[in-house]
Amino acid sequence: MLTRSAYLTKVYNVDKGWTLEAYERAQTELFGAAAAGASGGAGGGYRAARKALGMTQADVVTEAKKANIRGRGGAGFPMGVKWSFMKPHPTKPAYLVINADEGEPGTHKDRTIMELNPHSVIEGCIIGCFGIGAHVAYVYVRDELHLSKARLEGAIAEAKAKGYLGKTPFGRDYAVEVVVHTGAGAYICGEETSLLNSLEGRRGEPRLKPPFPAQAGAFGCPTTVNNLETIAIVPTAFNMGCEEFSKLSLLHKIGDGGTRLFGVNGHVKNPGIHELHVGVTLRELIYDIGGGILGDREMLAVIPGGSSTPLLTPDELIVAPDEKSPMHEWHGKNVLDVPLGVDTMRAAGTMLGTCCATVMAVGTCPVLAMQNLMSFYHHESCGQCTPCREGSAWLDRVVDKILDGHASMEELDSLHDIANNIMGNTICAFGEGTAMPALGFLRKFRKDFEAYVRGERKRADARLALD
Amino acid sequence: MTFALTTERERDLEALLSKYPTKMAVCIPLLHLCQEQHGHIDDAIVDYVAGKLDLPSAHVKGVVTFYTLFNQQPVGKHQVWVCKTLPCALRGAGSVLKQCEKKLGIHAGQTTKDGKVTLRTAECLASCGTAPMIQVDKDYYENLTPDRVDEILTRLTS
Repeated sequence: MLTRSAYLTKVYNVDKGWTLEAYERAQTELFGAAAAGASGGAGGGYRAARKALGMTQADVVTEAKKANIRGRGGAGFPMGVKWSFMKPHPTKPAYLVINADEGEPGTHKDRTIMELNPHSVIEGCIIGCFGIGAHVAYVYVRDELHLSKARLEGAIAEAKAKGYLGKTPFGRDYAVEVVVHTGAGAYICGEETSLLNSLEGRRGEPRLKPPFPAQAGAFGCPTTVNNLETIAIVPTAFNMGCEEFSKLSLLHKIGDGGTRLFGVNGHVKNPGIHELHVGVTLRELIYDIGGGILGDREMLAVIPGGSSTPLLTPDELIVAPDEKSPMHEWHGKNVLDVPLGVDTMRAAGTMLGTCCATVMAVGTCPVLAMQNLMSFYHHESCGQCTPCREGSAWLDRVVDKILDGHASMEELDSLHDIANNIMGNTICAFGEGTAMPALGFLRKFRKDFEAYVRGERKRADARLALD
Repeated sequence: MTFALTTERERDLEALLSKYPTKMAVCIPLLHLCQEQHGHIDDAIVDYVAGKLDLPSAHVKGVVTFYTLFNQQPVGKHQVWVCKTLPCALRGAGSVLKQCEKKLGIHAGQTTKDGKVTLRTAECLASCGTAPMIQVDKDYYENLTPDRVDEILTRLTS
């Protein structure tokens, strides 16, 4: 069901909406005059952070759990549960690390938050730090996003000047600092342990788990890594009451709560980012929000949430015959008509990922599309694990050869072997992120691949952009 | 040849060091400061960073070679990055790249003879909703049309 909302996005179209003044005005409009701050002496806004710092740390985590915020970075792990893994260490400090290394092809949501609503991030960091017992939050932003970094720095300066950040936020004796850290152009640094290595000043190669970041993360200390959108929605949940926030979602009962940013891009008439209640379907996202497909063409396929999520074709159905399955309600329904959620997309054989859908119209060459993505993974594999380093390169080269008409059927079949030999044999999920979409293309568009092998189609005629 | 940061950037370095529990964590931000000043990272800079942060030069070199955005060779005064990943490609990144190559008279990966512009392809720059796009130095240009690309490149090269 399609329901629009404007918590994070309320300031998106406001003149200088990224300033503290605009943020506080929006909060007042959304949550009433109390949001302007009757309590505390630090000058007004950031009511959610002020409220959280008046609670006990345990209560903050318990409350956060009720929001059912599933991690917005792709894996969909419940945020509150992640916070609850943090146990105080006798000698080591704790850290909150925010992942803003947005680089998953098809994903364009975090950048809008940093550029247009940076205060939601800072306020979320204060609540998150307090909840997990940290005094410093590092926001890891990919280097290319210069405007995002500047807006975050601006928001930090404003919050500091008001006394919301620093040694005694809102007069409370609990120091919180937010530091913007910059990457240097590596997709892999969006993987949490790789990000931690990069933050520490090392090559961004993923670490073996365990130990998990909650035991030994940044600088060897207990650490929570949250996606930027995840932390940015926290103030909204606390302002509203976390359970109330969760109930906005159609999937509240299966633990997937609230609102989130949905993106749509590729061959749609109105690409962009929209804030909606969780529960919207892909069909609504593509046709109602995205305005339908360019030139009113038919849809070839959609990648539901970033390039690592296997694509869906418009004729696929949900299979959940078991009556006890929470997905049974949608058994036999078209994948485009199922509410977009972490668990529902898993039942559809793909992943919700980052919730930004890339749409391809009929006329797009799926072989060329796969080659584009495989060349991405080839370029971005960090090279630490052999199956991924060699496998991603192999996938790229063999698909390239297929497009050139120089490959045999055996080589086409070998792509399955290569992909299957990456899966499960690497330190991080990058391997699966490469192999799963590759297998999706191969299974769903086998005939197109065969046509190139047989010489019935030529690379020169293959298109990604529509005329 | 030895390398040294300008006094102003030295101050930036001091501020950076105060933000982290270890010196090593400043490695990437410091390399950015050096590259901002020198345009690319050579061995003199690697040794400088290693010295400042008490790290082996091999560690710094390892970091430099890992990340795409550290230039290991001299580059042009301006850098044009054309995003070529799928969402942009679906919206015409291929023709944007061709237009850039034609207008600048170079291929992706090359620098114009006058040293003004280096043209490169980029992997997803998180602008999929406003594709196609290019990045010129620190700025994003989105929802590109051929006219707009022409205008941007003319400004850079004239």
